[in-house]
Order: sequence, then structure tokens, then C-alpha cells
Amino acid sequence: MRNENDKLIIGGHEFTSRFILGSGKYSMELIKAAITHAEAQIITLALRRANTNAGENILDFIPEGVTLLPNTSGARNAAEAVRIARLSREMGCGDFVKIEVIRDSRYLMPDNYETIKATEILAKEGFIVMPYMYPDLNTARDLVNAGAASIMPLASPIGSNKGLCTKEFIKMIVDEISLPVIVDAGIGRPSQACEAMEMGVAAVMANTAIATAGDVAVMAGAFKNAVEAGRMAYLAGLGRIMDKGASASSPLTGFLED
Amino acid sequence: MERINHMEYMEGMETIPEDIMEEVIARMEAYDYDRYTEADVRRALDSNPLAPEGFAALLSPAAMPFLEDMAKRAREETRKHFGNSVYIFTPIYISNYCENHCVYCGFNCHNRIRRVKLDLDRIEAEMKAISETGLEEILILTGESPAMSDVAYIGEACKIARRYFRMVGLEIYPVNTEEYAYLHDCGADFVTVFQETYNSEKYETLHLAGRKRIFPYRFHAQERALRGGMRGVAFAALLGLDDCRKDAFATGMHAHLIQRKYPHAEISISCPRLCPIINNDRINPKDVHEAQLLQVITAYRIFLPFANITISTRERAAFRDNVIGMAATKISAGVSTGIGGHGGEEGEQGDDQFEISDRRTVDQVYDAIREKGLQPVMNEYVYV
Repeated sequence: MRNENDKLIIGGHEFTSRFILGSGKYSMELIKAAITHAEAQIITLALRRANTNAGENILDFIPEGVTLLPNTSGARNAAEAVRIARLSREMGCGDFVKIEVIRDSRYLMPDNYETIKATEILAKEGFIVMPYMYPDLNTARDLVNAGAASIMPLASPIGSNKGLCTKEFIKMIVDEISLPVIVDAGIGRPSQACEAMEMGVAAVMANTAIATAGDVAVMAGAFKNAVEAGRMAYLAGLGRIMDKGASASSPLTGFLED
Repeated sequence: MERINHMEYMEGMETIPEDIMEEVIARMEAYDYDRYTEADVRRALDSNPLAPEGFAALLSPAAMPFLEDMAKRAREETRKHFGNSVYIFTPIYISNYCENHCVYCGFNCHNRIRRVKLDLDRIEAEMKAISETGLEEILILTGESPAMSDVAYIGEACKIARRYFRMVGLEIYPVNTEEYAYLHDCGADFVTVFQETYNSEKYETLHLAGRKRIFPYRFHAQERALRGGMRGVAFAALLGLDDCRKDAFATGMHAHLIQRKYPHAEISISCPRLCPIINNDRINPKDVHEAQLLQVITAYRIFLPFANITISTRERAAFRDNVIGMAATKISAGVSTGIGGHGGEEGEQGDDQFEISDRRTVDQVYDAIREKGLQPVMNEYVYV
């Protein structure tokens, strides 16, 4: 079903999968199954989780050839995000980094202002910066200017599984920003992932919905299919959807003669 | 001996605005749990997010028949916010000298127990032994004696701890903001203070002497800790000291209001209930039964879905194993509440603060978490 010529390009790197899998909240042995069934090529991981001596390190459960996208979760400001990103690079996690700056423990809402600052610093240092943000068009433009490689607006509060609560605002970013827009956080069902793809986002990221599913591997596969279906629909061009009733069969301008 | 006014600050105790304490106490005093009905409980279970009024309903006697529904809702919230993760840590007691006279506590200054303060070499040996079990988070505890275990000594313990652990928490006597800032600089970033009971009149009868007697200074400890730069704070009432429904309500409200005022603060709740202690068999540990304890824990989870909840080693292993994944997210393992009990080095050992029920090692707790299909996590933070 996947079109191998339809590439997702982030920071010069090409991917054929448009489904990014989060690696938090799992039992470790399920991560591999989720990646395999999702056919995901990019996996996010919290550096705070990878930075451990414990017998089970998440890094050992991620298959070869999958691109790591370390995130800066735990950072409360730009300076902390920058330090976590540098630590991630030192630990051999590569140049990709997903900026998460959160100073709200209840809703875990990203701080757009600090995110822009961190993006600017890290982009200059050669990181491929993928900032997680609250979908605000002005912030998205600032992130482009700061050197971001993609924009990652949230669909609804993280972990809420509520779907595309911010749909209209994400649509503005999709329409106005030329970088890949990746919907991140709040996607609870494959149908919501499909809907996001239909509206033209470049990729979808999900974690909780899969990590806490009854059958992790099957749900990972369901998301993969949903993302691919949504992408196909977008590329095919959606049929017209009328906002207010049906189109009049006798057009108002039918009286014109010459 | 004449008892001093427990609401008046002692010399050297910092004062900060008391808005949160006033609100918590007023709401707790107004909380009449017998007026809640089955309909109130059902409404609370259907509401999301849960408002304080719904939290009050879930803690009421009317909610007891809904314990299964509360457990299911708690489990949903836990899975949404924490997935399968369960964090493991252990406490280390470095000194059991205490200047307080708290009638229920094994460390109280009139209790004749073996007192020990570990020197820095023994702290290091103990911490090394603990770290070799695979643990990466430690909670440093002392008895409440600023004379025998002063802030400088605790600070040195924090510096040692940072060499062996990725996360360092403190459960010590309350201190001023600048002292919390110093301890933060030494490597600690999480502060736990149990208010014990939020009923100040009852508090006064239990804490007869010492700095701990000063109710408001203790109440504001979490706020001072956050002002001192700590990442997070933990709250608890010792359930069974007083009316546990009111104390649980106050604990939840205290945590809720602190998070509202300091949105970045990581919030954690502990759920201890009274246990038998050395030289005092009169205290009845059955005051708060398991069902009531579970009601409190699940109500905390539904009201504060983002907060970590720690389940104490006072509880039996089977209870702890069933509560993790459902509502609790943190569990201690390999616990000794005595001094020098981790076998790091030969030396004098001090008596325990209280008796523990779950004596399992780190490996045993780790395996128990795995067997439930959950993921043991040793480290949830990265200092940068």
C-alpha cells in the first residue's frame, strides 16, 4: 500500500514511513513488536529514560536501522533543553532532537517561547531540530526562522487520546508552512491519525494509544494502515465536502445568456 | 512541661504568605463527608477533570460501595499518564537523632532507642552498597535534629549521593528557602514533607515539643522548597492519626493548590497509615483498613492524575503489587528504616523508625513488577 516514491524528508534524511512511534510507557519487550508492526523508521525516546545503567536500557530494544529521535522531556527551559540535546549527542543518539520544553506538570503543555530559543541554538550547532509546540502560526513561523527541520504541533493534551482538538490551527500551519508538519500528542485512535493525514500533515506520531492498547502489536499495525490510508487520500485529493447543504441543481447563474 | 503555642513561629523560621494554608484549612473544616450521596459519587466518577467537590465526594462514605468503579477509573488515569511505568527507589536513613516529641513516632526524643548518625564514610559505603543493587534513585532521611544532623551534613550526604545515583530526594526536617537552595546546589531536587495531620488541634496534641510542633512552618515547607529551586515536592498525611477522610482531602487540596501556584512543580503523594512502632503497642494500626486506604489512593489518582503516588513498605507485598499499575506509580524496594542497615560497612546500627511489612529486595520487587506486565523504571530524570 505504501508508495515508496512518496518520501518524507526531514533535515535531508529520507523516510518512506510517515508514522513516528513514541517509546515511552511501554513494557520494554513490547517496543520491538510495536516498531515491527508499525513499520516505523523513526522512534522517539526520552533521554532521561535512556540515561540509565539499569539492566534493561530502552536503547537495547530498538532495532538497528531505525532512526532515533531523542527528546528533551524533563527540560523546563531552553537552557535545559540545549544541555539535554548535547548530552544526547555525546551518548551517540545522533543529530536528531525533538525539543520538548514543559513547565506545567498538570497538562504538560509545551512552552513555545522557550522552544523557539532552544531551536535557534541547537540548529546552529548542527542538530536536526524537531520542535514540539502548541499549534500557533506565529510560533511556527518563528521556528522556521530559527532553523527547525519540521514543526510538531500537538493535536490535544499529551496522553489524553482525545484526537484532533486543535485541527483548525494545525490546518493553518499545514497551509502556510513549507516544512513537514508532524502531528504529535493526543492521537488516540487510528481513525484520528488517518484524519490528520487526510488534511495534509506530513506524518503522525503516537505513543500512549499504542503503548496502552490491549494488543500492542496489532494496534501498531492498525496505526500504520490508518496513516497510509490517510496519506493516500490526501494525495488522491479528497472529494468535495459541502459545508452547508447540497449544491443547487439549478444554479443561480443559469439565466446568463451571452 | 508547658507546651508552646504550635501556631507561632520560632526564631529563625522563615515566614511566607499563608494563602494556601488558609484555603486548605478552611476547605477541610467545611468538608462534611456525610452529606454526600450516591448521586454525588456517580457525578464525580463521570466528571473529567475532577473538581475539588468531586474529590470530596470520592472520599466520602457514600463512595465506599463504588470502590471497584474508582479502581477502574484510577487505572485508566494511571495508564494514560504513566503507561506501564513503575518507578523504583529506596530510602536511606543517615541519622535517627531527633529533638521532637511526637507521641506516635519511633524516633521521638523520649523513646529509648539506639541512636546513630552515620559519618560520611559510612554514608558512602551504604550508598555504594545500595547502588550495586541497581537502584538509581535515593531518598535521604534523617531524624529531625538540626543540631545532630545539620544542613551542612545533609548537604555532604547529597553530594555523595549524586556520585552513586541519578536522582536524589530529601525527607528531612523543614528548613528555610535558602537552605533548600543550598541542598539543591548539593544535588537534591525533590523534597518530601509529611504534614502528618492537617487538623492543627490534633497536631498540637501529637507533637508535644521540638521544631516540628510549629504547624504552619511545616505546612509551608513544600512552597519554600520550590522557591529554593527544587524540581518537585511530595505530600502526605499519616492516615489514622486523625479523621482520615478529612486528612486525605486536605492532602489532595494542598498538592492541588501548590501545583496551581507553581505549575512547573512535579507533585507526588505518599499514602502512609499508622503502623506499630517500638515501645508503643497502644496504637492500633487497624484504624484505616485496606479498603479505606484504597479509597484514598484511588481518589488521589483521579483528582491528581498527573501526580506520582508512592506506596509504602508499611503495606504488605500483595497490596502493594495490586496498587501499582492501578494508582501507585512509585514503589520502594530493599528498604531498611534503621540506620546503617544496608550492609555497606560494619558499624553500630540504629533502631528502626517503624516496622515494615514488605521486606523484598530490589530484584524481587523488580520481578514482581515485570510479572504484572508493567515496566520497572530506575530513573525518570536527567540532571543537566
